[in-house]
Amino acid sequence: MSRLDGTFARLRAEQRTGLVAYVTAGDPDLPRSAEVIRAVDRGGADVIELGVPFSDPLADGPVIQRATERALAAGTTLARVLDLAASLRADVAAPLVLFTYANPMVRMGIPAFARRAREAGIDGVLVLDLPPEEAGEARASFVAEGLDTIFLLSPTTSVERIRRAAELGGGFLYGISRLGVTGARADVADSAESLAARVRAETTRPLALGFGFSRPEHVRAVGRWADAAVVGSALVQVVAEHAGNPDLGGEVERYVRWLRS
Amino acid sequence: MTTPEIVPTHNFGTRDPDARGYFGAFGGRFVPETLVSAVEALTEAYLEARRDPAFRAELTRLLTHYVGRPTPLWEAARLGAASGGARVFLKREDLTHTGAHKINNALGQALLAQRMGARRLIAETGAGQHGVASATAAALLGLECVVYMGTEDMARQALNVFRMRLLGAEVRGVDSGSATLKDAINEAMRDWVASVADSYYLLGSALGPHPYPLMVREFQSVIGQEARAQILAQAGRLPDAVVASVGGGSNAMGIFDAFVDDASVRLIGVEAGGEAITIGRHAARFAGGAEGVFQGTRTWLLQDDDGNVTATHSVSAGLDYAAVGPEHAWLQSTGRAEYAWADDRAALAAFESLARLEGIVPALESAHAVAHVAALGRELGPEGIIVVNLSGRGDKDVQSVANLTGGRA
Ligand SMILES: Cc1ncc(COP(=O)(O)O)c(C=O)c1O
Repeated sequence: MSRLDGTFARLRAEQRTGLVAYVTAGDPDLPRSAEVIRAVDRGGADVIELGVPFSDPLADGPVIQRATERALAAGTTLARVLDLAASLRADVAAPLVLFTYANPMVRMGIPAFARRAREAGIDGVLVLDLPPEEAGEARASFVAEGLDTIFLLSPTTSVERIRRAAELGGGFLYGISRLGVTGARADVADSAESLAARVRAETTRPLALGFGFSRPEHVRAVGRWADAAVVGSALVQVVAEHAGNPDLGGEVERYVRWLRS
Repeated sequence: MTTPEIVPTHNFGTRDPDARGYFGAFGGRFVPETLVSAVEALTEAYLEARRDPAFRAELTRLLTHYVGRPTPLWEAARLGAASGGARVFLKREDLTHTGAHKINNALGQALLAQRMGARRLIAETGAGQHGVASATAAALLGLECVVYMGTEDMARQALNVFRMRLLGAEVRGVDSGSATLKDAINEAMRDWVASVADSYYLLGSALGPHPYPLMVREFQSVIGQEARAQILAQAGRLPDAVVASVGGGSNAMGIFDAFVDDASVRLIGVEAGGEAITIGRHAARFAGGAEGVFQGTRTWLLQDDDGNVTATHSVSAGLDYAAVGPEHAWLQSTGRAEYAWADDRAALAAFESLARLEGIVPALESAHAVAHVAALGRELGPEGIIVVNLSGRGDKDVQSVANLTGGRA
């Protein structure tokens, strides 16, 4: 049983809605990013997703695009994100998931990437532009290193492909609750509930719903249909607003705690 | 000198990639999950449309009576004399309606969009020619059209920005990254991810996820079909070489396609050498790049050691792009096609010399192909026959060339 499996089993046993927190690694720079990640963990996130900054984040909205630009400008690379994770692993309780575009990983070499990710204490990998049809080689390397392969599902994903992702994936399934790029919205989309229902009908694998959530009411609403809610852009925005604040960690920790209230 | 029996025809369905969209190790479908069902539906709709005689007849009708095909194959005798005496023939895509080969693909895909029930077209553009072609097709078919364009390109191709707006399209400037073609594609994909229910993404070159590289090449295959028949009629034999500029690779694939099985014909793609072949100053993917995954496809890419896409430079907006279409990567890997580059200076010189020698002002993109002819002509000598794809006309570039030369012509 992987660390992610354990986390989701515990959430179900406690009948609690999990919080998956996304931050762009290296934003605003590597030292402050370490502080942010520790604060997210202290705030009680159940899973932490580390976004690997990439020059062309085509699935991301403006908030994560800006974070990516800051992280790249501060010299963040995939190799440094892995080093960052390794340096934090012992202090951070939550499972760590790398959230990346394919090319940095392909450039490093997929087997080498998988080995380094495992050595850094990464638990799962989600590659945004690597749908199951293209993920064969990567998944084989991830499985060999004991990493969970996390697949995305969207309101446009067919039933057959939901089944395939559930079969091939590990850890949890990440449901994109609405069409569009990442970014916080005022309300939970209706498509979130119908996607969750379609996934539930096919698999018992844990489901986290994301895209657009920013408030505790969103997390609670998602808990009616799924195991966990993902909060990304809204958290990245908190980091952006308090980047110069000496109490950046405190602000982040309070925000994450509030999301769980 | 077009012979009357030459009609616009396509090469549909004879050189397909595998079912997953791979040409050898290149291609595929590296898209975010939300777009998977869209590219699957698009593939199905396209494969069905290309078999449908009614679809093909309508496309041929538009190409003949609206676009003005077949385009001439012009023997450029003065250019030939200045190029080692070889016989040089120009495939005159500059004479199509809207002034570049881009219209062949834009009309084909717009017909497909209409058939699929879309009401809105999304397009990206670099030089503005694909944006103009898409806006034109949208006007003709009564569809909405939004064109994404890097703000850097909007400045250097201002005439085309105005043309698109005149045609009723909305032009949205893209400021992110290098504010050029790749950033416009990112933004177009972001739009499509949100609007996939009613919008059609009309990609302008032979790149991106399957089926685009196949579909765009096949809509452009009309260029090669005509050129091959024309050169046989005019020169009595196949050429020694076919030369085309390579941005994403659509005009080159369009003309190469008909000659791929003619082993004696060299296929030469010309990339943008920019200022120098050093990081950030050119767009010659095969000279300075490496394999990678970008904007939906596995191909050759200009990138750094960490897998981030590097900046590019070319005097020509349409060649100023960090990746190349996957079929070119495959043709390069098998050795069937060769890739050279021409730098800014050579392209500007060719821009001027074609105007002086033949009375034809080429697009700066096409000028890169023309720039390669001088050396090739000397290599082949007077016995040699070269076909060059003159992919577009240069009106759009006149202002920026005047700025570069300080108004001296
Ligand atoms: C006239 C012309 N030629 C060539 C190109 C390069 O594109 P491709 O390589 O797809 O033909 C462009 C692109 O804007 C163009 O406008």
